[in-house]
Amino acid sequence: MKNYWKRGEPMVLAAGATLALILFMTLTLLAVILGNSLGYFWVKDMVQLKLKDGSLIMGQLTATGRHALTDVERLQLKVGNRDLYSQDFRWVDDSEVVERAKPDDAYLLERREHGNFFGFLKELKGAEGEPVTADYVTLMKLHTAVLDKQRGLKSIKKEMSRLNQASEQLRLKIQKLEYKGSEVNSAAIAVLAEERAKLTMAFDALNEQLNQKQAELNKTAAVFSDAAGTSKELPLLEIVKIYQPNSMSAVAKAGAYLGKIRELLFDDPRESNTEGGLFPAIFGTILMVLLMSVFSLPFGVIAAIYLREYAREGRLVQLVRIAVNNLAGVPSIVYGVFGLGFFVYGIGGSLDKLFFPERLPTPVFGTGGILWASLTLALLTVPVVIVATEESLASIPKGIREGSLALGATKFQTLTKVLLPMATPGIMTGLVLSMARAVGEVAPLMLVGVVKLAPTLPFDGQFPFFHMDRKFMHLGFHIFDVGFQSPNVEAAKPMVYVTTLLLLLIVIAATSLAIRFRNQMRRRYTTSHF
Amino acid sequence: MSPEPVDLSNHPPVIEADHVNLYYGTTHALKDISLSMGKNQVAAFIGPSGCGKSTLLRCLNRMNDLIDSVRVEGSITLDGEEITGRSTDVISLRRRVGMVFQQSNPFPKSIYENIVYGMRIAGVNDKATLDETVERSLKGAAIWNEVKDRLHDSALGLSGGQAQRICIARAIATNPEVILMDEPCSALDPLSTLKIEELIDELKKQYTIVIVTHNMQQAARVSDATAFFYLGELIEMGDTKKIFTNPEKQQTEDYITGRFG
Repeated sequence: MKNYWKRGEPMVLAAGATLALILFMTLTLLAVILGNSLGYFWVKDMVQLKLKDGSLIMGQLTATGRHALTDVERLQLKVGNRDLYSQDFRWVDDSEVVERAKPDDAYLLERREHGNFFGFLKELKGAEGEPVTADYVTLMKLHTAVLDKQRGLKSIKKEMSRLNQASEQLRLKIQKLEYKGSEVNSAAIAVLAEERAKLTMAFDALNEQLNQKQAELNKTAAVFSDAAGTSKELPLLEIVKIYQPNSMSAVAKAGAYLGKIRELLFDDPRESNTEGGLFPAIFGTILMVLLMSVFSLPFGVIAAIYLREYAREGRLVQLVRIAVNNLAGVPSIVYGVFGLGFFVYGIGGSLDKLFFPERLPTPVFGTGGILWASLTLALLTVPVVIVATEESLASIPKGIREGSLALGATKFQTLTKVLLPMATPGIMTGLVLSMARAVGEVAPLMLVGVVKLAPTLPFDGQFPFFHMDRKFMHLGFHIFDVGFQSPNVEAAKPMVYVTTLLLLLIVIAATSLAIRFRNQMRRRYTTSHF
Repeated sequence: MSPEPVDLSNHPPVIEADHVNLYYGTTHALKDISLSMGKNQVAAFIGPSGCGKSTLLRCLNRMNDLIDSVRVEGSITLDGEEITGRSTDVISLRRRVGMVFQQSNPFPKSIYENIVYGMRIAGVNDKATLDETVERSLKGAAIWNEVKDRLHDSALGLSGGQAQRICIARAIATNPEVILMDEPCSALDPLSTLKIEELIDELKKQYTIVIVTHNMQQAARVSDATAFFYLGELIEMGDTKKIFTNPEKQQTEDYITGRFG
């Protein structure tokens, strides 16, 4: 027995058990996320229930279970039609249900507003509002036609946005001149104002035209009724997608599944973020992390080089090192507050006073934006880079430094030609860790630039293309917002899982890229010696 | 006790140390060392660990500068030029005095890049010159035949003995006058050691060599002059044959015959 302990057997077992526990927890978490998010895109069948009191309800089965108090078997239906019922979900006791059916002609409509509509097609109105045969084929044909025409309006919208931008530029110019003195510049201001008025007129004309065409398109409509028979007229423009889940084959459903994933990755969100795509959030997250790396990597590496290679070891360096290590343990919200005070109000406010005084009190840089958010996160992650770089520099054998110096190399040459290349794998490890941390950080971002819905991306075709002052969307904040701040939390639950999955995928993609790069470097710089 | 500077033979002295004292902080590590080494000769420093032989060796190319607390007094000259002073150009000194370390330390680069490292940092980038240097140095270090077909492979894949000879080749690539060797064979097997010793014999035709060794037989085999250090003092320096057969000092004899140390 004594020997058993001596051999260290129990420690091995304990280590194995710990590892197994960690693996189990990780896998469970992954399974929960995957299970809840992947199912979201599958178009579920529609169920129509006839209740004891003779009423009909229709929806998608979302859960079954027992009532907590009465212990009666019951089921939960997503009944949709928020504009009619004011609630998305409904619990029904099993005993209430008289009849279950899956009507083939039940429709699922994804709408721009009010969530999904579940019901049956009653009437159809063509391009001029004239009645046409109300069947699936005609409906789809009309829908496609309307969406095509809608897309045709894009050029008008584009022109309008161009006019709007030009007008905004003029407004700012006028403001600047007025700021400098409206009497002196009155002539110039008048000219600009006239120009602007012209633009506004052109804009209004286009707007009128657009509204007319929209009204024209809105004539194409369909009348649907829900299971209970309440009917509702919907312009086809309001409808994003049309399904007949109960008559779709598995292949068709798989197609719809892929289509929804595509929408998720590349489209803008709808319905206060609970539906539609996540593209702006994905873009914002990635861009922010990249910017963060651009700031924190050089800064951290240079600081570490100074600490390890140039600074004379002493009390001060020790203190700095302790400070750096402790910096990594400061709660992230504190960084957020610091970022808000220092970057946003301090630097941003000064920039505004210096370069955009005419726009005050409306801030340009003096408000949260992607630049300040990245800088704040860079500050948060720079200790990780410093520690990793220092450690990898310290692990280089003394003989290598001496060998280089003995050949007549200066300290700087030794650093750039030998030490830094050798330290690169370690530096990359630090970068991976810092990116993983930054991508999951939400709290500080809420103070320095993340918003629920950003109207524009921080990067677009408008000069100067990169708009560092713009606010942005972020997947982590999206989770918080959709999961806890949205008006319809229950309906948004799958979206939370999907967003989480996406965030995880981004972290995995970023880290595996960096790890691959690191391993390549490592292969180049280490081979066994003897 | 300060022994008189020893002039060795008809070889003109290249390195001369005159009353050198070295302190690590408050520790007096080298005590009043005076000696000289002849051109194209091999001088061996022997003595027990901690006796200061490596420290003295490192004074010759100013590697001690890397340690903050070191203070050197006295003078060391290379070809009559003072090398201990503040005004000495350390970079060019190190180009004139190459060094080979106890643990072979090839850089994690190709064999080729290892050899031309000294040239590149000196600003030489002409391909023909570099190629020629690589061939000359590798031949000089008697390893050309072993590596000529894989010059662009990593130097980290070489065996210990080969790596050490690559380091020697790297040291002679910059055409130094003196090569310092700090226990170059202590991590090598007997066969590799033999190769390095043969190489030293060959190299001394062109270079002055100073070697620190713990291996008495090695000192006897390869060196022309031997200096025995003990506790920071130079006890005796003279012709190798004489030191090993008929030393003047009792301490030297005790050490060589293995009675202490």
